Amino acid sequence: MRETKLYQIGTFAVGNRLLDPEDRSAQASPDRANSITSGHRACQGCGEALGARYVLDAAMRAADGDVVVTNSTGCLEVFSTPYPESSWQIPWVHSLFGNGPAVAAGMAAGLRASGRTSTRVVGQAGDGGTVDIGFGCLSGMFERNDDVLFVCYDNQGYMNTGVQRSAATPPAARTANTGVIGDEPGNAFGQGKFVPLIAMAHEIPYVATATVADLHDLEDKVTRAMGMHGARYLHVLVPCPLGWAAAPAETIRLARLAVESGLFPVFEAEHGEVTAVTSIRGKVPVDDYLRLQGRYAHLFGDPGRPDLVARLQALADRNVVRFGLLDSDDGTQNASLGS
Amino acid sequence: MREQLEGSQAVARTVARCRPRVVAAYPISPQTHIVERLSDLVRSGDLAPCEYLMVESEFGAMSACIGASAVGARTYTATASQGLLFMAEALFNVSGLGLPVVMTVANRAIGAPINIWNDHSDAMSQRDCGWVQLFAASNQEAVDLHVQAFVLAERLSSPVMVCMDGFVLTHAVEAIDVPDQAEVDAFVPPFVPRQMLDPTDPVTIGAMVGPEAFTEVKYLMHRRQQQALAEIPSIAADFAARFGRTSGGVVHPYRTDDADTVVVALGSALGSVCRVVDDLRAEGTSVGALGITCFRPWPEAEVRAALAGARHVVVLERAFSPGAGGIVGRDVRTSIGSRTPVVDAVVGLGGRPVSRATVRRVLEDVSAGRLTPDDLHFPDLRRDLIDSEPATRGGPRA
Amino acid sequence: MDLPFGITLEHGGSRANKTGSWRTERPVYVHHLPPCNQACPAGEDVRSWLYDGESGGDGYERAWRAIMEVNPFPAVMGRICYHPCETGCNRGQLDEAVGINSVERFLGDEAIRAGWRMQVDRPSSGRRVVVVGAGPSGLSAAYHLVRLGHAVTLLDSAPRPGGMMRYGIPAYRLPREVLDAEIQRILDLGVDLRTDTTVTDLDQTLREDGYDAAFLAVGAPLGHRAHLPAGSAAKIVDAVTMLHGLEEGERPLLGRRVAVYGGGNTAMDAARTAKRLGAEDALVVYRRTRERMPAHESEVREAEEEGVRFTWLSTITQVQEGMLTLERMELDETGFPQPTGETEELPADAVVLALGQDTDLAFLGRAEGVEVEDGVVVVDDSQMTGRPGVFAGGDVAPGPRSATVAIGQGRRAATSIDAWLRGAIPERVVELPLADFAALNTWYYTDAPRSHRPVLEAARRASTFDEVVQGLNRDTALYEARRCMSCGNCISCDNCFGVCPDNAVIKVDDADAPYLIDLDFCKGCGLCAAECPAGAIAMVPEEI
Ligand SMILES: Cc1cc2nc3c(=O)[nH]c(=O)nc-3n(C[C@H](O)[C@H](O)[C@H](O)COP(=O)(O)OP(=O)(O)OC[C@H]3O[C@@H](n4cnc5c(N)ncnc54)[C@H](O)[C@@H]3O)c2cc1C
Ligand SMILES: Cc1ncc(C[n+]2csc(CCOP(=O)(O)OP(=O)(O)O)c2C)c(N)n1
Ligand code: SF4
Ligand SMILES: [Mg+2]
Repeated sequence: MRETKLYQIGTFAVGNRLLDPEDRSAQASPDRANSITSGHRACQGCGEALGARYVLDAAMRAADGDVVVTNSTGCLEVFSTPYPESSWQIPWVHSLFGNGPAVAAGMAAGLRASGRTSTRVVGQAGDGGTVDIGFGCLSGMFERNDDVLFVCYDNQGYMNTGVQRSAATPPAARTANTGVIGDEPGNAFGQGKFVPLIAMAHEIPYVATATVADLHDLEDKVTRAMGMHGARYLHVLVPCPLGWAAAPAETIRLARLAVESGLFPVFEAEHGEVTAVTSIRGKVPVDDYLRLQGRYAHLFGDPGRPDLVARLQALADRNVVRFGLLDSDDGTQNASLGS
Repeated sequence: MREQLEGSQAVARTVARCRPRVVAAYPISPQTHIVERLSDLVRSGDLAPCEYLMVESEFGAMSACIGASAVGARTYTATASQGLLFMAEALFNVSGLGLPVVMTVANRAIGAPINIWNDHSDAMSQRDCGWVQLFAASNQEAVDLHVQAFVLAERLSSPVMVCMDGFVLTHAVEAIDVPDQAEVDAFVPPFVPRQMLDPTDPVTIGAMVGPEAFTEVKYLMHRRQQQALAEIPSIAADFAARFGRTSGGVVHPYRTDDADTVVVALGSALGSVCRVVDDLRAEGTSVGALGITCFRPWPEAEVRAALAGARHVVVLERAFSPGAGGIVGRDVRTSIGSRTPVVDAVVGLGGRPVSRATVRRVLEDVSAGRLTPDDLHFPDLRRDLIDSEPATRGGPRA
Repeated sequence: MDLPFGITLEHGGSRANKTGSWRTERPVYVHHLPPCNQACPAGEDVRSWLYDGESGGDGYERAWRAIMEVNPFPAVMGRICYHPCETGCNRGQLDEAVGINSVERFLGDEAIRAGWRMQVDRPSSGRRVVVVGAGPSGLSAAYHLVRLGHAVTLLDSAPRPGGMMRYGIPAYRLPREVLDAEIQRILDLGVDLRTDTTVTDLDQTLREDGYDAAFLAVGAPLGHRAHLPAGSAAKIVDAVTMLHGLEEGERPLLGRRVAVYGGGNTAMDAARTAKRLGAEDALVVYRRTRERMPAHESEVREAEEEGVRFTWLSTITQVQEGMLTLERMELDETGFPQPTGETEELPADAVVLALGQDTDLAFLGRAEGVEVEDGVVVVDDSQMTGRPGVFAGGDVAPGPRSATVAIGQGRRAATSIDAWLRGAIPERVVELPLADFAALNTWYYTDAPRSHRPVLEAARRASTFDEVVQGLNRDTALYEARRCMSCGNCISCDNCFGVCPDNAVIKVDDADAPYLIDLDFCKGCGLCAAECPAGAIAMVPEEI
């Protein structure tokens, strides 16, 4: 007898006709909420548009449709709500760039005080709105343990304003204000912050990272988060074809490679302790990931900057060790739907 | 029931009786006593249901109010000075979104130099943020304006700021009548939001509006603010009918009818001004006072009417625009036209008391022609300090 | 609600904004030809029946019926087919090819166990067809013809039907009860089988019995002769004759040391049979290298496991009693073996020749129009000989010789005969583009090493004709079926539906076309195509 059942396609596919509908992703259902609907003006292949629907539909499923959402300024907000057409099918409010977490906290407080305790609050912002300008509010919301699931759609830059650097922009990446200039072209090494770890330092009930490449993992995390109360943080990597200068069709592949290279660790933490790590399935060199993106084009070609690629590889390798991203020597892992 | 109370305590109790569902505030002098008291009331369960959010900043405070109001909860906050500026971005947002947040501003100067004492620089700096700005002349009026503010805000779906002079009012203990719960309940109806985040009827609040409709949105906002000029007197009238005292309204003319010179003032200075008016009238000088209760929206017609007979107008400015001049005076001038000279007198900055003596001296200087309309005057300026300043320290010398 | 103008909007209004106008490419669902299907000589739609089988339960019967539409021998094929499908299988480029053959066997065995049967769907046409030869080709043709409503007479000289499946392939590879069951199921459809009936004159048979059409599937029964200088006492037999005799109950006396000459599957069967008949030493002599040997890798491996020895790059130059002379060969640059002059002697009690088979076409006589070239009957694409109404297939016709090819040609002939009888032009199969491995997104398939079929323990393999390779069980068969990547064809995984950032994929309740692209909103980003595991979506340029 085998230990794992095989379902032709594994955990990464959206649906699977061989599984019971309840074991499929929310995205597989024709009845999914489509929290953000068609007609939005996101670029072709926008990871953020996709990530938002993934997250919110899962939240809607988890909360039986009883969800209210706030959204900080950024691409997601802009492409979804140009007057007179909104793409949102759920109650949604946009206030400012830097105050999303506080708005969300106020929503949670307002609902609780109004006795609407079944209604759940989700806050969302880009990386800029989360890790930079919104960080004070975010930290406050965490520290107060407000009943909010806050989601950062990390596309590693201020995309809405034309691709400038944020504190989540990785080293060596070219942005509009970290150009290919000087000895260390692109964004500087040794700067920036990884907010999931900072979130953990608040010892809030739940912190997780995820990507648009692993829907089931993402949905599981949203579902887990929605099953809890208090401050919860989900940091979702959402590749941006425009800002990363990549082909629109590569969005999911890029997210996958970010994980498989070790550059983006996927894990879960509760009350400040890491509780689960998603292992790398088949480790790839960072080159595989970087080469698909124009923002790293200056690292390759002739003469290229193999030294900088090596430094990025070192960052990936550090993540692998730090988070324990490989569960066997050869880096292979049997991905399957449960046992 | 009249009681000896600190202004802040009275306001806190009054606000609590207006039953806000969410209070989000960040401490700053001289607002602290108000929010400390509210925190106690929430924690003790005397104010329930209500959530008191101890936010990380005034920006967070106002933002939390936005969120709370957007889900249909009655929402309150208080701040002052630096805190108000720290909220600035959110203030415009609240009014733009049309959320009926009520806020107390315990007016205080703005640094640098840092100064915790009273003037109106904070509120004046946010003159154009789209909020209704009401100024209380006394603690009793502060209490009463809060009751009216909730009614006004929710009727208009627009935020209202109640300004009360820091320390002078907030920390003054005097006999104040705090309306009891039943009276407030009868006056302030339950909050029925014009819009709210409701999963059964989802809307998108805070859309992006481009050139095609932005002007229209702003035009409608202006119209809504103007509507306040009709609502405020009507609410004040209802209030007077129920509570038996006059509070609020847009302006307070005092003995202006046949007045030759009228002093325009906002806030607690109005008390001193009225006493000086009484004194000078007793001495046979024809003076009057005009209190501006509603500074925004600007009650142009009421100001014009009140000043129609005056030959001289003096505006006591508790803040000014450096390099330009007075703030209130400009509005007064546009209201009454160039016929009547308007003198801008900056007094009481950063906590310097606006004494009767000061007011009296200003009036005397005006009638003596020593204060002219073509300049910005600083009647309580300490020349001695300016003159003792050694030239070597640099900086402008006056 | 009386919503504030501009600032607050009703939900979902963006559907008025048709972002489809941004598109320069559109996704199109395709059906590409999976390499397994392409490689199957019997014409099975392997991917489709694996797809049915993947559901397990009722799916097994659906899968079996899908095979049966094409090939009436799943249980037999699941044992003896050389499975070029697996050679073609794209999964081989990922880990190992899908064990298509073992799943087929599982389905075939399930059918026998459960007694699933087929039916004749068409009403009787009133036309009569004679099929000469009840080997796989003839049986396949008969099966399809009967199902198409024609009356079929199946003539065979042997006492029992099956052709080489019975008289060539040893029972340890194809148990006779399996063969019998699948043949019986065909006969039960109403085929008129006449055994021990040799056609000696085709014209006469056709004329006297008034058939409307004929299918010739007489195989290639004669062992190919090689000129070996041999002493009079040397014992030389040919493999087909030996195996045939064995099936009829003979036990050929080969001695202790047996040399088998040839490198094909028949040689393996002969050597392994010799072992089972008691030979201590069975040695395969082949003139090229192991890599160039036509016998299948698995056959060679199984032979080796059973103790068969090999000598590569050798030819037999002389056979004497108890002794062989071998000459060493060398491959020239074209890969052809050239004699080196070096010789070596080797003790051997018998030599079994396994050098291929020849046809026996005497019964054709001077049958008009039927042409013979290189010892095989010339046919066109529809399997028709030069004579209208006379078709041929299997080993007697050109092409690779295997039961699977024979079955495929039997079916093609049956369809052609049906068309010919109806006066219709035979349907041309549209060739679909091949489903490329490169077009797949294999990330989505679970890592799943192939499940190998268990084999009989060595002791029983040495002395008995018990079946060597065992079948998969329900669990392993399901597992194996699900390893299929469904190359070039939708598997309803919902990926396209899920990954579209514009919600421009519509899921519909139609098993054949489960998704539609909403061109009003599709921006043409290509994510659906990139993330389709099966490579079943192509991006095609919009005409602007
Ligand atoms: C030892 C051996 C092992 C093999 N192993 C495999 C294997 O593992 N897999 C595989 O795919 N293929 C295998 N083959 C090849 C395969 O068996 C043949 O290619 C296939 O059987 C050909 O089918 P057929 O119907 O054309 O001819 P046959 O199977 O040869 O059948 C022809 C039939 O016609 C009958 N017949 C002949 N002449 C007349 C006549 N004049 N009148 C009436 N009846 C006549 C014969 O009795 C026979 O029953 C093997 C062959 C051999 C010899
Ligand atoms: C206070 C303030 N500062 C700056 C801006 C300009 N601004 C709008 S969106 C944005 C960047 C958004 O970046 P991020 O949050 O990462 O979202 P993205 O657009 O990348 O999804 C900036 C800088 C603003 N709207 N408000
Ligand atoms: S710039 Fe990036 S994040 Fe913004 S809409 Fe385009 S793809 Fe999405
Ligand atoms: Mg960003």
